[in-house]
Amino acid sequence: MDSTTAGVIFVVSLVVVLAAVYRPAGDYMYRVFTGTKHSRAERGIYKVIGVDPEAEQPWGVYARSVLAFSAISIVFLYLFMRLQGRLMLSLGFDSLTPELSWNTAVSFVANTNWQAYSGESTMGHLVQMAGLAAQNFVSAAVGIAVCVALVRGFARNRTEHLGNFWVDLTRICLRILLPVATVAAIVFIAAGAVQNFSSSDEISTLAGGTQTIPGGPAASQEAIKLLGTNGGGFWNVNSAHPLSNPTAWTNWIQIFLILLIPVAMPRAFGRMVGSNKQGYAIIAAMSVIALASIFLLNLSNGLGANTVPAAAGAGTEGTETRFGVLNSATFGAATTLTSTGAVDSFHSSYSSFGGGLTMLNMMLGEIAPGGTGSGLYGMLMLAVITVFVAGLMVGRTPEYLGKKISSREIKFASLYLLATPALVLVGTAIAMANPTARESMLSSGAHGFSEVLYAFTSASNNNGSAFAGLSANTGFYNTALGICMLLGRFLPIIFVLGLAGSLAAQKPTPESAGTLKTYQPLFVGMLVGVVVIVVALTFLPALALGPIAEGLS
Amino acid sequence: MSTATTERPQAQPNPPEGVKKKVGGGLLDPKQLWISLPDALKKLDPRTLWHNPVMLIVEIGSVFTTVLAITDPSVFAWVITVWLWLTVVFANLAEAVAEGRGKAQADTLRKAKQDTVARKLAHWKPGANVLDETTVGATELKLGDFVVVDAGEVIPGDGEVVQGIASVDESAITGESAPVIRESGGDRSAVTGGTRVLSDRIVVRITQKPGESFVDRMIALVEGANRQKTPNEIALNILLASLTIIFLMAVATLQPMAIFAVGEQGFGTDDAVLNANGVTGIVLVSLLVCLIPTTIGALLSAIGIAGMDRLVQRNVLAMSGRAVEAAGDVNVLLLDKTGTITLGNRQASEFVPVHGVSVAELADAAQLSSLADETPEGRSIVVHAKSAHGLREREIHDATWIEFTAQTRMSGVDVDGRVLRKGATSSVTEWVRSNGGRIPDDLKGIVDEVSSAGGTPLVVAEESRILGVIHLKDVVKNGMRERFDEMRRMGIRTVMITGDNPRTAEAIAKEAGVDDFLAEATPEDKLALIRREQEGGKLVAMTGDGTNDAPALAQADVGVAMNTGTAAAKEAGNMVDLDSDPTKLIEIVEIGKQLLITRGALTTFSIANDIAKYFAIIPAIFAAVYPGLDTLNIMRLDSPTSAILSAVVFNAIVIVALIPLALRGVQYRPSDAATLLRRNLLVYGLGGIITPFVGIKLIDLLISAIPGIS
Repeated sequence: MDSTTAGVIFVVSLVVVLAAVYRPAGDYMYRVFTGTKHSRAERGIYKVIGVDPEAEQPWGVYARSVLAFSAISIVFLYLFMRLQGRLMLSLGFDSLTPELSWNTAVSFVANTNWQAYSGESTMGHLVQMAGLAAQNFVSAAVGIAVCVALVRGFARNRTEHLGNFWVDLTRICLRILLPVATVAAIVFIAAGAVQNFSSSDEISTLAGGTQTIPGGPAASQEAIKLLGTNGGGFWNVNSAHPLSNPTAWTNWIQIFLILLIPVAMPRAFGRMVGSNKQGYAIIAAMSVIALASIFLLNLSNGLGANTVPAAAGAGTEGTETRFGVLNSATFGAATTLTSTGAVDSFHSSYSSFGGGLTMLNMMLGEIAPGGTGSGLYGMLMLAVITVFVAGLMVGRTPEYLGKKISSREIKFASLYLLATPALVLVGTAIAMANPTARESMLSSGAHGFSEVLYAFTSASNNNGSAFAGLSANTGFYNTALGICMLLGRFLPIIFVLGLAGSLAAQKPTPESAGTLKTYQPLFVGMLVGVVVIVVALTFLPALALGPIAEGLS
Repeated sequence: MSTATTERPQAQPNPPEGVKKKVGGGLLDPKQLWISLPDALKKLDPRTLWHNPVMLIVEIGSVFTTVLAITDPSVFAWVITVWLWLTVVFANLAEAVAEGRGKAQADTLRKAKQDTVARKLAHWKPGANVLDETTVGATELKLGDFVVVDAGEVIPGDGEVVQGIASVDESAITGESAPVIRESGGDRSAVTGGTRVLSDRIVVRITQKPGESFVDRMIALVEGANRQKTPNEIALNILLASLTIIFLMAVATLQPMAIFAVGEQGFGTDDAVLNANGVTGIVLVSLLVCLIPTTIGALLSAIGIAGMDRLVQRNVLAMSGRAVEAAGDVNVLLLDKTGTITLGNRQASEFVPVHGVSVAELADAAQLSSLADETPEGRSIVVHAKSAHGLREREIHDATWIEFTAQTRMSGVDVDGRVLRKGATSSVTEWVRSNGGRIPDDLKGIVDEVSSAGGTPLVVAEESRILGVIHLKDVVKNGMRERFDEMRRMGIRTVMITGDNPRTAEAIAKEAGVDDFLAEATPEDKLALIRREQEGGKLVAMTGDGTNDAPALAQADVGVAMNTGTAAAKEAGNMVDLDSDPTKLIEIVEIGKQLLITRGALTTFSIANDIAKYFAIIPAIFAAVYPGLDTLNIMRLDSPTSAILSAVVFNAIVIVALIPLALRGVQYRPSDAATLLRRNLLVYGLGGIITPFVGIKLIDLLISAIPGIS
C-alpha cells in the first residue's frame, strides 16, 4: 500500500466513523443538556458549592458565573505554579516565574493550552494533574455550557432563563467528559502510553549511551487534552512523543477524539431546536470547510512544494516517521480546525501553503467543527450574520430558527466577529513594531513573520498550537499572548451569551413560504461563502506578507 | 331594492385589473444628477456626514490625502485625491437625487398651504345657525376650532365635517380630478386641509394640531426630512460599521508588517507606493476606501428615501419607515370582501323559479319589479332579464314604486293591478303569508343552494304567490386568484373578512382563492383575530375606513386607512391610501419587500467587490518586496500606480452607476424565499465578484495611457 492510499484510507475511515457516531453521540449529549434528573454525585456537588440546581439564570447571571468561575480558576492555577517548589510531586522543579505562570494559567483556563514551557523540565506531576488536567476538563465544559446556553436562546421563547451554568458545567464534566476520557486513557495505556507517578529514569542504551525515559500520568492527560480540544501536551513535543501517541492507530484515535464532541454538537443543537435538519445544515457547512482544508493540506504537504526539505523528496522534515507526511497533515488540519492545538508534527516545517492553511483554519475562527462548544457557537454566530444578509435578500426582516435578527442581535454578532481578528492583527502589528519582540523570531523575512502571525492567531483563537521557531517564553510574548488568550476566549463568550439572552426573550416567528430555509443546500453554501470571504478579506494582507509571499517565491 | 347598501360604496375606480408583476419606479433623468450637485456638495459638511460613518471615514481619508498631495505633490497623488473626493460627492449625490425627487411635489403642496384663509367660528353647537365668524390665517387654527367653508374655498386644515354635505376636489392631495362627497356623520366625514370645496357649504371641526396637518406630514415625507432610520436599516448600519472597523484594522496593522518586510527584504527605490517608511499614506487610504463597504454605505439612505418615494408615487402615505418595513414581513393579510376581493355590487346571474312557475314568468316579474330600481343590483336584474331571457325594457305608466327600506327589506311595484315584491327571504315570505299565500316546499332548497354558492337570494313574489328566486352573485375581481396565489408563494396568508353568513363566505373564499375567511365579522371579531395571529408571532396587515375599524387598524402591524375614511381611522392606521383602494395593500407589501431586497443585494455586491480589489492592490503594493506576489496580479494591470488608481476609480464610479438601481429598487417578482435568494445571490453575489475584475481591467487600460501614472 503506497502512502497516498494509506492517507486516503486514514481520512475516509475517520469520516465514516464520525458520521456513524454523529447521531448517537449527539442524542446522548442532547439528553445530558436537557435532562431534569440529577444523580446523587451531582446533588452532592450542588450542595457543596451551594447551588440550587432548579434555579435558572438570565444571560447576565450566566455570564457572571462563567467569568467568576474562570477568574477563580486562573488565580488558583497561578498560585499553584508559583508555589510548585513547595508542593509534593514537584520532581524537584522550581516555582514558575510570574509571567510564565500568568501565561500558562490563562492558557489552560481559556481552553487554549498555549505552552511557553517544556512540560518535562518545568512541571511536576501534581500541577500537571490537579492543575492543568483539571482545567482541561472544566475549560472544555465551559465552552460546551456557553454553547448550550446559546442554543437554549434559539429554542426558548419569551423567557430570560438560559439554564444554570453550575448544573451544565457539572453534568458535562461528569456525564460526558469523564467517562469518555477514562475509556480513552485506558486505550492509550494499552497502546503503550505512560501512566505512573515516577520521575524520569536514566537508562543505558544498547549503543552504550544514556537516555532519559520520562514517566508520569501522561495517558490520562492525553485523553482529555484531545477530547476537550485543549491540546496542552504533557511533554514539550506534545502528540509527537512516543509515550503519549505511540502508534499510527493511536494517532487515528487522537484525531477521532479531537473531532468527536465538536462533530456531534450540531446533532444536539438540532434536537434542542426541534429540527434535526438544522443540525445537518450546520454539520454540512462544517464538513465542507474541514474536508477542503484537510484535502488541501494533504496535497500541499504531500507535494512538499516550496519548502527547504523539498530537496529531500517530500515534506518529511518535522514529521514522525511512524505517522508519515499525510497522516501528520490530517492531524495538523484537525488540530487547527478545532481549538485543540495539539501537534504531532511541526507546523513550521510544513510547506508554505500548508503552514498558511493551518493559520487560515484558525483564522476562520475554529468553527469547522471547532472547539468543544466554541466551534458550534462560532458557526452559529456566523450563521446569524449570513442569515441577516440572506434574509434581506429575500425581502423579510431576517430570521433564524424562528428568531428575528434585528439590531440587538446584529450588535452581538458583529462584536463577536470583530473581537478575535482585532486581537490577532493588533497583536501581530505591535510585535512587528517592537524590536525586542522581533528578536524572538528564529527565521527572517516572510517565514519569520509567519511565526509571529501564527502565535497571535493561535492565542487569540484559543488554539494553542505553535508554529515552532518563535522563542515565546519572553516577558513580551507571555504577557501579550496571555492577554490575547484571555480576551479571545471571554469577550466572545460574553457576546454569545448576550445574543442568547436577546433571542430567548423573543417570541417565535412562525415559518412560512417566505421564510429563508436555513437547512437547504443553498443556505449552507452561502454560509460557507460568508465564512471564507469575511475571513479572507480580513486576513489577506497579513497572509500575503507571510505564507503567500513565501509560497509564491 | 338595496340589500347591499349596508356595504361601503366604491369611492374610486380600481387600478388596472389583472396581475401586476413588477414593482416599478420612476426613471432617473441624468439632468437630475446635475441639478442635485449643489446639494451634494453641501452634504460634505462633516456634521451632515456624521450619520453615515462609512462615508465619513472616506471623507477623513480624502482630507488626509489632500494634505499629503500638497506636501508631496505628484500626478498620482492628486488623481487619487480627486477620485477619493468624488467618491464622497457621488455618495452625497445619491442621497440628494433621492431627496430632490420629492422636493418638487413638496413645493406644490406648500403653495397650497400658504395662502389659505380660515373663516373661524367663535361658537358652534350642533344645529346652531347663527354663525359668528372671524377671518384668521390657516396656520393659526388650533385643535377643536370650527371653521366654515363655502363653495370655491379651500379647506384650511384637516378636520371632520360636522354640518352639511359638499363635493370636494381633492386633486391637490390625491391627483385624482373627480370630486368626492364629504358629509357630516358616518364614514365620509373627514376632510383634508388644502383641498377645495366645489359645491355647498360645510362646517368643519379641526382635528389637527398646528403644523401637524396631513399636508405638513406629506411635505416632510416626500422631502425625506428628519427621516428616521428603520429597524433593519439600523441593524445593517451596525454590520457595516463593524465591517468598516475590521478593514480599518486590517489596513492600519498592515503598516508595521510592511515596514518589517521592507526592512528585511529591500524593495528597490522609493516610489509613490512604497518607501523605506513602508506603504505611502495615499496608498493606505486608497486600500481602506476600496475595502470598506462604500457602495452600500453610499446608497443606503437613498434606498430608504426612494422606497418611501415609491409609496408616495402610488399615493400611499406611510407615517413611518418602520411600517413600510413591517409590510415586507407581513404574514397575514386581512382583506374586506366587498370592494377588495369582489366588485362592490352583486349582480343577478340566474332566475330560479319554484315548482309550477316558468322561468319566463319569473324573469318577467323580476324585470318589472326592478325597472325603477336604480341600485346597481336592480339594474343588473334588468340587464340579466334582457341578455338571458330576451326581455326588453318597457315603458309603464301609473305605477307605484315601492322603495327599499330597512324596515320592510323589500322593494317592488304596484302596476296594472299586479302587486310585485322582491327582497330578503324572511321579509317576502312573511309578506306572502300575510296576503294569505303559502310557501312552496322547494323554496327553502333553492334559497339554500344560492346561499351556499356564495350568492344572495332575492325572493320574488306576486301577492300571495311566490314565483322564485333571483340569484345575486358576488363578482370576484379579475386577477384576484393569481394575486392570492402569489401571496401564498411569498408565504402570506390571506383572510377574507365579510359580514356574510359562513356558507356564503366560504363559497366566495373558495372562488377567490383566499386561504381563510372570517364570516359575520364584527369589529370585535376582527380585533380578536388580529390579536390571535399576533400572539402566534405573526404580523398582520389590514385596511379599513370606518371609525369602528380604528381599534383593529391600530392593533394591526400594518394598518392602511382609506383617505375617504374617518379621521379616527386615519389616525389609527400607520398608512393612508389616498386612492382609497384596498387592493393597494398587496402593492405595499411588495414595496416593503423590495426595499429590504435592495439593501441586501447591494450589501452583498459591495462585499463581493472587495475580492477583485485585493487582487489589484496587494500585488501592486508588495510585488516590489516579494516578486512572487506578482502572480496574484491576475488582471495583469499595467503598473502598481495604475492598479491602485483603477481600483479607486472603479469604487467611485460603481456608486454613480448604481444610483438608478438604488432609486428604482432591484427587480422583484413575488416568489418563495429560495428562488429569490438563488437569483439575488447569482446576480449580486457572483456578479459582485466578477464585475470589478472586468471594470478595473478596463479602467486600467484607459488610465495607463495617462503620463505620470504608469
